[in-house]
Amino acid sequence: MTERLLRFTVNGEPREVRVADDRRLVDVLRDDLRLTGTKEGCSVGVCGVCGVLVDGALVSACLYPAVFADGASITTIEGIARGGTLAPLQEAFISEGGFQCGICTPGQIVAAAALLAERPRPTDAEIDEWMTGSLCRCTGYAGIRRAIRKAAGG
Amino acid sequence: MTVAARPRLRGVVGESAPRSDAPPKTQGAFAYASDLAREGMLHGATLRSPHPRARIARIDVEAARALPGVAAVLTAADLPTKVKFGLMKLDQLPLADGRVRYAGEPVAIVAAEDPERAREAVRAVRVEYEVLPAVTDPVAALHPDAPRLHDDGNVIEDVRVVHGDPDARADVVVEDEYEVAMQDQAPLGPEAGLAIPDPDGGVTLHVATQWLHEDLRQIAACLGLPERKVRLVLAGVGGAFGAREDVTLQIHVCLLALATRRPVRIVYGREESFHGHVHRHAARLWYAHGATRDGDLVFVRASIVLDGGGYASSSSAVVANAACFGAGPYRVPNALIHAVGAYTNNPPAGAMRGFGAVQSCFAYEAQMDRLAAALGMDPVALRGRNALRDGDRIVTGQAVEGSAPVADLIRRCAALPPPAPPPGLIAGEVDLTALPGGVGNVTRGEGVRRGTALAVGFKNACYSHAFDDFSTARVRLVRERGEPVAYVLTAAAEVGQGIVGVCEQIARTELGVQRVVVETPDTSIGSAGSSSASRQTWMTGGAVLAACREVKAELARRAEAHDRVRRTPRDGEPVDVDLAPLLDPPIERTVTHRHRPTEPRDATTQNAGHVAFLFAAHRATVDVDVETGIVKVVQVATSQDVGKAINPLAVVGQLEGGIAQGLGLAVMEEVRLQGGLMRNASFTDYLLPTTLDMPPVVCDLVEHPHPDAPYGAKGVGEPPTISSTPAIVAAIRAATGRELNRVPVRPDDIVFGTAARSGWRMRPGADPRTAVRM
Repeated sequence: MTERLLRFTVNGEPREVRVADDRRLVDVLRDDLRLTGTKEGCSVGVCGVCGVLVDGALVSACLYPAVFADGASITTIEGIARGGTLAPLQEAFISEGGFQCGICTPGQIVAAAALLAERPRPTDAEIDEWMTGSLCRCTGYAGIRRAIRKAAGG
Repeated sequence: MTVAARPRLRGVVGESAPRSDAPPKTQGAFAYASDLAREGMLHGATLRSPHPRARIARIDVEAARALPGVAAVLTAADLPTKVKFGLMKLDQLPLADGRVRYAGEPVAIVAAEDPERAREAVRAVRVEYEVLPAVTDPVAALHPDAPRLHDDGNVIEDVRVVHGDPDARADVVVEDEYEVAMQDQAPLGPEAGLAIPDPDGGVTLHVATQWLHEDLRQIAACLGLPERKVRLVLAGVGGAFGAREDVTLQIHVCLLALATRRPVRIVYGREESFHGHVHRHAARLWYAHGATRDGDLVFVRASIVLDGGGYASSSSAVVANAACFGAGPYRVPNALIHAVGAYTNNPPAGAMRGFGAVQSCFAYEAQMDRLAAALGMDPVALRGRNALRDGDRIVTGQAVEGSAPVADLIRRCAALPPPAPPPGLIAGEVDLTALPGGVGNVTRGEGVRRGTALAVGFKNACYSHAFDDFSTARVRLVRERGEPVAYVLTAAAEVGQGIVGVCEQIARTELGVQRVVVETPDTSIGSAGSSSASRQTWMTGGAVLAACREVKAELARRAEAHDRVRRTPRDGEPVDVDLAPLLDPPIERTVTHRHRPTEPRDATTQNAGHVAFLFAAHRATVDVDVETGIVKVVQVATSQDVGKAINPLAVVGQLEGGIAQGLGLAVMEEVRLQGGLMRNASFTDYLLPTTLDMPPVVCDLVEHPHPDAPYGAKGVGEPPTISSTPAIVAAIRAATGRELNRVPVRPDDIVFGTAARSGWRMRPGADPRTAVRM
């Protein structure tokens, strides 16, 4: 397996990591960069807890070869809050009961951030369609829907 | 004296206050067990049996040990003792010795420098199996001629409830058999633990679990260490729902750490998680209900077989629950319920939310609808007519103390706002996304039928049948930078349910202190019992409340001595005390809280075996495409008696989330087994409800405080998962007219109307061992 030097930006910071060609982005983030906010839940791209933004697009980091991210700008859950202040989405997940155990929450918030970037005032149906790739076993999604609506100013 | 003006406290009992783990959990800063790491840490991996039943002829680990980067390869031959583990019955060795009883049973463990090398080493272990025919039908396993899977036979537990006249006759009798498939708890956080060897020869384990002290007991015994040399610390738990009540990797990771003298971490992947933890028991149930022509229940008779799988786990208590609550929250003068848990070679079953009450509720609620049809009565009216009232006895002879607002819940739930009528379903105007199956539905909605139905259920709160149920809390009130701060330590596992917030809100309320710090649970304090049985608010909340009141009493003594107190003229209560000067030295109190004792179970299960009962009603509305068999749940409405909502938002979250799991069991979740092998151990094949499956939930919190519970707060976690499933299935029946005697309901059950038949003839109420193959 060949290795190469991966240069990318993570949450605004330039990073360099030497990675094997088959190394997954989730492993680079969690193990190499110790950004453990991104989780791994199913390893087959179904549950969404590993969701991160690559150049603004939502991807499952468990399926994404790290080398594909060369030169890209990555946003993980650690990059959602700015300057120590919680983002409106994070505040809304707290005030609306959008999490319980919280392990899917990083993926939910990153996915919701991608949704709001694309559609700042999504309808309920659009929220459900978009968030269907982010499983939650605790909340039954009601709190997550409330949180996204609230963050969207609804 | 300075009298501090006490600002209004934020986050007291009764408020939807955010809990302290909220900011880190929304920022990715909360450390789950799978996130932990240590310098020099090794990675563990597990070799599991591919066969459901086999003899192990030989294990060769030489090749695995010789691989570079492999620090240890352990098999049963390396176990320090032959002590077995198990939640209620010690029946399993940490690594299989000579026999395997389910596909997925651990046979060898390895530790290596990185996960890839650990997996490679697992593949290099050579095991020779003599494969034996697997026993996978739990009814067949009970047959006298079945192979003995354990030395003491195949019956894990046998519970008989005999109430009134077990042979009572009735005007109208309905009878059927029911089936509940195996459900997976599927917490999104995988099993994970990090073990660090201690210099004294002991070990510290950071682990995601529901019950630190029960893990400790089993781990120490299997390591051959005194309990004082094993220390457990709760790591962040990514959901539990019963799956973390049993030992999975705990003993393995400690064995590897002790063998290598290095920190070792094990993290399961999803597939291994499916094989690694216990599941909800699959069940076969045969029921007969008898009633007068007026609709008064005369008898319930049932025979229930729960598939315990290869090892017992908590099967004995699940069987007892299935039997005790097997007649539902109704007045039933005569009952005969015989439930048995069987060892098979299927994956082991144990705790999952609802714990035995789920399986029987599916059957008895279907029976109530069937009875209503036979009587020509409205099913909701039939339920109301027979609903348990305050002081009534359940079929175990125990009178319901506190309240039994069953009729009230039924009435309220039935009156909750209904969903919008179905959209226009014919021709080009149809909203494709509103159809069952969404845009994947290639019809134009011609076959869509709507159905609505209601179900009720109940179960116990806390542990039952003379179990010494307690929780311990230490509350320390200190002065920091001139301000009072309360530190609360318990061993209660925060698994997502919000016990952290409950402790914070109780301490704030009792002590009048804004800043409360709930410390990381560990085994340095006494047990809190498990985060299960809807019990932590009652038990650990109760312990924190009691400890706070002792701290408060000491505070009052000190205030008196320092003459720092003004009293209200009315009741002499101290007011406006400036706490801070009274906290040198800090005040610390540790209290162990017990609920009142419960009676042990006798041969006919006629005892006050439970401390309290939890009730809920659910009404489901579904749209069913009868041509494709696709179900869309449109709305679930619920009325639940929560006693007192300490945090209404958190309570609503329990209701919404529990209903999602009930919906899963109703229409999609099933661990598919074939010859004992799990065929869908992945999230691509084991379907969990998504946003598109989960309808809006209408929650109606009813507050009938229980006199024994802190602030009257009953447990709330499980009832949402009990009667939501039968309500949804009944709504599908209402829409389709199909029998649907099995969950999850499959599309072909709807399209073809095929009922599930076990192939066993069983007289409801008879000993399940007397089933005859048809």
